[in-house]
Amino acid sequence: MKGMTIIVKTISSWVKVLIFIFGIYIILFGHLTPGGGFAGGVILASSYVLLMLAFGSDFVQKDLPLALDSKLDCLGAFAFIMIAILPCVFGGAFFANFLVDRYGQPFELLSAGTIPLSNIAIGLKVGASLFLVIFSLAVCRKGAELDDE
Amino acid sequence: MTIFYILLIFIVIASLIAVETTDLLSAVICVGAMGFGVSLLFLFLRAPDIAITQIVVEILGLIILIRATISRDLTFISGDKEFFATIVSVAIVFVIFLAGLRVFETLPEFGTPVFAERPDTASQTYIREGLAKTGAANVVASVILDYRAYDTLGEATVLFTSIIGATVILRRSAKRTIDTLRPVSPS
Repeated sequence: MKGMTIIVKTISSWVKVLIFIFGIYIILFGHLTPGGGFAGGVILASSYVLLMLAFGSDFVQKDLPLALDSKLDCLGAFAFIMIAILPCVFGGAFFANFLVDRYGQPFELLSAGTIPLSNIAIGLKVGASLFLVIFSLAVCRKGAELDDE
Repeated sequence: MTIFYILLIFIVIASLIAVETTDLLSAVICVGAMGFGVSLLFLFLRAPDIAITQIVVEILGLIILIRATISRDLTFISGDKEFFATIVSVAIVFVIFLAGLRVFETLPEFGTPVFAERPDTASQTYIREGLAKTGAANVVASVILDYRAYDTLGEATVLFTSIIGATVILRRSAKRTIDTLRPVSPS
């Protein structure tokens, strides 16, 4: 994939930043406004998919290597499991919201205990894994090397 | 209680036939019958959301499996049987249409809050106590990440496993392994 014309490249390099910031906003404010980890993760992945369509998959692979992407995927899954298991250690049941009274008031950005942390973990996981599957479909149709060893 | 045992015997018989039969298409149909029996069982155990999921997955799996098997052994229906099959399918569609009309008559008017009439349901509890107990202003977030976090964990696990499977299958080295195996397998 060589990429598209210079008009598409210029515009998508501007718009990509806006889409990425919007995805981060959707994830971080998931406990206050509509949205959350799944929706924000899809938006994060779509910013990189736009980059891949405009510039070609080789450019994106330099920006976000597949090894890093799969590590981010595993990190998100691991963080979500840790959020589930940590309440067992600090007293309470599996998935109990043990941070709910520790900080913040309702309707503030820093509130709601483990819910924003879970949103961040799920957003990381969904974004990385969706991008991974779209990227591997694009690369494998071309027949290029997907292994990174 | 007897309906459980009837359904259980039906499921066991269907799965035994699915394992033992030599015809691929009959095996697939028996697997489908077994899946619909399981979904009926979920419905009688008052778990309608799982029953709906089971039916949807069962229909999708049945379509894919029939599509996969139908190219392997072709079964043609011809002559009198074809006319009979057409009559039967038209009758079944008509019966389902009549049942659908009855169901639509019983539905409440659009926009009417059904569960507000019953304060002991789970959704009313989420709306009443969600903000106080979880501190999240977004009730949806408090449901999917606090009250029903197990479901979210399951979804995340399904996504993780499917992506790992897709990447492993699509890898270049997997294709290479198949290519090296191919000359060996016909002999």
